Amino acid sequence: MIVPGVDGYMYPNEVELQWSLLIVLYPYITGLVAGAFILASLERVFKVEAVRPTYRLALLTALSFLLVAPLPLQLHLGHPERSLEMYLTPHTSSAMAMFGFVYLWYLLVVLLLEIWLEYRAEIVHMARTCTGWTRIIYKALTLGSDNISPASLRIDEKVGYAITVIGIPSAFLLHGYVGFIFGSVKANPWWSTPLMPIVFLFSAMVSGIAAVLVLYAASMKFRKVPIDMRCLDTIARYLFYTFLIDFTLEMMDLIHRTYEADESFRSLDFMVHTRLWGSHVILQLVLGTFIPLVLLAATQLWKFSEATRRGLYITASSLALIGIFAMRWNVVIGGQLFSKSFLGYTSYKMEFATREGLLPAILLLIMPFAILLVLVKLLPPWEKRAA
Amino acid sequence: MIVLIAAVAVFLLLRRAIIPPAFGQYGHYRPGALDMVRQRPVSFAGQDSCIACHDDEANARAAGRHIHVACEACHGPQVQHANDPGAIKPQLPNVAKLCRGCHEKDAAKPKDFPQVVTTEHMGDMPCNSCHKPHNPHV
Amino acid sequence: MDPTRRDLFKIGGKLLVLASIGATLEQITGAEPAPDAYKMADHWWGMLIDIDKCIGCGNCVRACAQENGVPQGYYRTWVERYQVEEGKRPVVESPDGGMHGFAPLTREDVKSFFVPKLCNQCANSPCVQVCPVGATFVSPDGVVLVDPKYCLGCRYCVQACPYGCRYLHPGTQTVDKCSLCYHRITKGLTTACCENCPTFARQLVDFKNPKDPVHNFLRHNKVQVLKPYMATEAKVYYKDLDGAVR
Repeated sequence: MIVPGVDGYMYPNEVELQWSLLIVLYPYITGLVAGAFILASLERVFKVEAVRPTYRLALLTALSFLLVAPLPLQLHLGHPERSLEMYLTPHTSSAMAMFGFVYLWYLLVVLLLEIWLEYRAEIVHMARTCTGWTRIIYKALTLGSDNISPASLRIDEKVGYAITVIGIPSAFLLHGYVGFIFGSVKANPWWSTPLMPIVFLFSAMVSGIAAVLVLYAASMKFRKVPIDMRCLDTIARYLFYTFLIDFTLEMMDLIHRTYEADESFRSLDFMVHTRLWGSHVILQLVLGTFIPLVLLAATQLWKFSEATRRGLYITASSLALIGIFAMRWNVVIGGQLFSKSFLGYTSYKMEFATREGLLPAILLLIMPFAILLVLVKLLPPWEKRAA
Repeated sequence: MIVLIAAVAVFLLLRRAIIPPAFGQYGHYRPGALDMVRQRPVSFAGQDSCIACHDDEANARAAGRHIHVACEACHGPQVQHANDPGAIKPQLPNVAKLCRGCHEKDAAKPKDFPQVVTTEHMGDMPCNSCHKPHNPHV
Repeated sequence: MDPTRRDLFKIGGKLLVLASIGATLEQITGAEPAPDAYKMADHWWGMLIDIDKCIGCGNCVRACAQENGVPQGYYRTWVERYQVEEGKRPVVESPDGGMHGFAPLTREDVKSFFVPKLCNQCANSPCVQVCPVGATFVSPDGVVLVDPKYCLGCRYCVQACPYGCRYLHPGTQTVDKCSLCYHRITKGLTTACCENCPTFARQLVDFKNPKDPVHNFLRHNKVQVLKPYMATEAKVYYKDLDGAVR
């Protein structure tokens, strides 16, 4: 009896994939959050003031994506109405349960608080000067605070700094944890490696920085404001460094696997050469890693005109964004395409207009940009920070 | 600060109200689940129930090589019949399919297990024209 | 502090105290489970499978589906047929889980046999470890169960099981798997699969019962568990399991 879509032997319950496109989307989105935040913290904590023009934009981008992040999970759950159980009776041995708290901590204590402190002076100012329902919104956002004396603003600055400092390991935890959720599954040799949290983290940083770069360039174009090239050059440089580390880590994993060649290797190798050829070799490695690295390296080695550099940066960043998405795909979907018996392979049947199909995935990817548009209107990132 | 304290208070309230009672009594789970699983209705009565009434068939079986084959392995789940024998009469199994399921020759079956290529062995004839099911020895 | 904030603080504090008192009272007067004859602490369940006795009839798969309402296309237990040829990777098949038996194999020049599989009721279960809410657990008598009222359907446990024995029930949208017929064994019956196995290939065992034949069996036979390197402390023991079996 031939099972459709299966080559060789799969355990009967393995034929159908359990974690779908939405679970690919989730680490992608949280990765963008972590990456965008780390870019923001470059300015605040490491005093790389060249990237200051993107500081607020990066924070708002992180918030937009973080708000959307739980949605693919909710759509995926068999019983989303029971998701509160993760907070009420978290199983402390489960990485997924503890991640719920990491997410909450990051959203409330790090991101929301930092954004509030950053914008507080302006929010109070808007609450005082606006009229009608905008006044109500800004009044609510002030959370009752009304003091914008220089002394209180200095306190804002100090507390904001402290939060960013806490925020950096929190961002690492946010996405490293997602890597651990996969990396700690001993049953799955494609996932189970101690490198997984670190690989996830650095690829998250690549995607986050690339996203902010593209968003910044796009917003300036849209507003018809000249791009601060010093800022863009610096972002691109950090993108390049992060990408190098990410590439090194992924190569280490590959070389290690190929050299040790344990029982799983033959099965995984075959899978990469056949079912994952397009998404892994072409999209992730060639288009998504090798070419952007070459482009970025070129900008570091040779002088190009501003326009050329812009073009190279945006191309490299866009390809990186696609490549990192492909990486998430290859980890999540790839990890379920081969049998744990190492004797066969199945296929992923992606549907379109179902709960976990392509359509909701596309909508979920668009949603953060819609939220960002609202946030940018509400809390414009373009004004200078009040001194 | 106020917001944080209020949020924690709400969370604690929610927790007390919503967590199932006795959660954690035996481990990190709802002990009611054990009872829930246990309450599932049984479908196979178990051969002891059958033997209680059908001792003739049981004795016949005990004398032959089907001694280890449970009644419901051929007759299907019969708990409803066991609970109310008069009301529900079990259907006789389909001999053609049933015997083949075990005794059709297959290279993967243990060599000492009685198996035949049924088309060669008896063609279209039903198995029970020669073999009595409870004691199949001929 | 503004007077309004101080008031808020007072009200919040009072609410918190009241809630704590109320919750404590509720815990004290909460219902206790009714006493019954079956004592969980007296049992530690497992299974013995004798490969050389399995004839691949599929009775166990059918019986399990009937006893437990297993949906079509999903399997709490299944039977695999292996064909092991020297120097080659084994050819394995499990048509519809072996539910209706197998198409007869005529090749006599390879080693072939049947392997029944089910949840290994691991004492150190990786699926229990990863459940975020406590919806799957090892019962005090050693059976790994799923709480269908608590499960979120996140499928992390399905990913964590090395043996592929879990699935998402399409009807309840919660995870389901072999429960070792917990509803039967706690009543003194055996599992549906063991009841219907015609050759004694499958036997339910209770490690805490000193009279259980399993103790003698384990002393005098060579047995294995599946994927021992996973250290799951599986409690389903296989006699005469070939090294080719995955």
